[in-house]
Amino acid sequence: MEQNWVYTEKVKDHFMKPRNVLKDGEDFKADGEGSVGNIKCGDQMNMYIQVDKDKQVIVDCRWRTYGCASAIASTSVLSEMIKGMPLSQAAKLSPKDIMQQLGSLPEHKIHCSVLGDKALRAAINNYYERNGMQENVRTEEVKIVCQCMNVTDQEIEHAVLEGARSYYELQERTKLGTVCGQCKDEAERLLSEYIQKHF
Amino acid sequence: MKKQKVYLDHNATTPLHPQVKKAMQKAMESFGNPSSLHVFGREAASLVEQARENVASFIGAKAEEIVFAGSGSEANNTVLNMVACSSKHCCPFKKDGKTRIVTTQIEHPCVLESSKCLKDRGVDVIFIGVDDQGKVKMDELSHAIVPGVSIVSVMMANNEIGTIQDVRTISQMAHKVGAFFHTDAVQAVGKIPIDVKDLNVDFLTLSAHKIYGPKGIAALYSKKGIPFCPFIRGGHQERGRRAGTENTLGIIGLGIAIEMRAQEMIPEAKRLREFKNILRDGIRQKIPDVRFNGHPEDSLAGTLNVSFRGAEGEAVLLYLDMEGIAVSTGSACASGSLDPSHVLLATGISAELAHGSVRISMGRETRISEIKYVLDVMPNVIDKVRKMSTVY
Repeated sequence: MEQNWVYTEKVKDHFMKPRNVLKDGEDFKADGEGSVGNIKCGDQMNMYIQVDKDKQVIVDCRWRTYGCASAIASTSVLSEMIKGMPLSQAAKLSPKDIMQQLGSLPEHKIHCSVLGDKALRAAINNYYERNGMQENVRTEEVKIVCQCMNVTDQEIEHAVLEGARSYYELQERTKLGTVCGQCKDEAERLLSEYIQKHF
Repeated sequence: MKKQKVYLDHNATTPLHPQVKKAMQKAMESFGNPSSLHVFGREAASLVEQARENVASFIGAKAEEIVFAGSGSEANNTVLNMVACSSKHCCPFKKDGKTRIVTTQIEHPCVLESSKCLKDRGVDVIFIGVDDQGKVKMDELSHAIVPGVSIVSVMMANNEIGTIQDVRTISQMAHKVGAFFHTDAVQAVGKIPIDVKDLNVDFLTLSAHKIYGPKGIAALYSKKGIPFCPFIRGGHQERGRRAGTENTLGIIGLGIAIEMRAQEMIPEAKRLREFKNILRDGIRQKIPDVRFNGHPEDSLAGTLNVSFRGAEGEAVLLYLDMEGIAVSTGSACASGSLDPSHVLLATGISAELAHGSVRISMGRETRISEIKYVLDVMPNVIDKVRKMSTVY
């Protein structure tokens, strides 16, 4: 049974013994906290960070998730990666960086692991806001690619994480380009960009 | 606590019955093509026909009314596609030139997806909802089943929550307006007594691997006198209703599996019903904030579906797997889509509870010691997942 686990040993280890989970009743004084995701979609993530204000470095963190094994394992790994990391560097972490630490995940589970870095960015932004450093806040820009069907670049990225690999599959999932078709070139460019980014 | 290996996913598939294994091993010697006229062919044909007799008599049908198919999905696809067929031969399914299908929101994906595809091809399809226990809404049904409907297709027992529908009444409603009636009974045959004449169904689907038979073989009951249009063409096998050389090994396995069901089904259901009560009471006692899904009485004896608030189902499943317990979940994460179980959502529960659902399906080899083991392990697993949860 064990040898055919769909996850690597490292994923299994982090799943079985998740690091830095915020315990019940634990008095963790967070300097920044972020929450992303939605229970309706089956995953939600909270991230809490403590920051050395002189060095602008993350010294400790805690997290909680309503999520599957991949979400638990990838956030556990992320929580170990970011201790001692400068905020500016942590804010740039991508799911791919986490995946490299984790070994690998089954392809259809990769979308489960993208919440960790999003929650971390939300927590970092929250820290900047609390400390009057609004100029450092990085917001995720959303751009509408397909005007007819109102499909954003984020949705294209999501579709790629969900398994879309061709323009046709992208259309099936998002319905983009099914009216005037003018966005085809840009959508195809983004498609390969996101495949490059995540896989 | 000693780790055990406990299989509680019998609605997904079942292990081969030892008698089935034995019969199939023996049947491997009979390699003949049942269509051949020589002695090798005749030997294979007679084994196939014996299996057909077994299947037929178990559900109160005639042998000639049984068509073997490659899977329950194929059998269901066959029925729906024939209804929408526009050839002259299949005309009886059309009313004033139009095909209309009435089915439910909780069917197996093979019925739902086929229906949706037919809808795209111009067929009228109505998906009837269910109540909070998974029973088809009879008032909605009676509004939908009107003259002009070609076929009504309602599953007998649901694979996820085990709820059993009143197929006899629904079949009557269909026939009253001149519609045909099909039931997907893949989860019901071999678990509850079924007589096609008593239920008065026109088509019924059953599958071998849910009842300790091999994978890749199923049967479609097709009432004598009802038109038939094959889904797979190009051969005279199965009286021209399903082309392709017979899967003799599978068919023989199915025949023995059914024979064993006739002996074991009733005492087994009684035992599993007791286990289910013990399991349900134990979970309720040991774990707070749970919801049991499905009908409390009209449901399969071996199926228990439970939602744990604040605990995501795939994580629960995999922690249980680490303890040797195999179950399934309605969580989206286990399915590869973003949506949790369509069946649970149709019963009106929240997406959170659907994501946090676990299906325990017991079978002929399930022992009370295994149920006790589950009750020992599960509270810790749920507690562990909830302690990590953002919402508990």
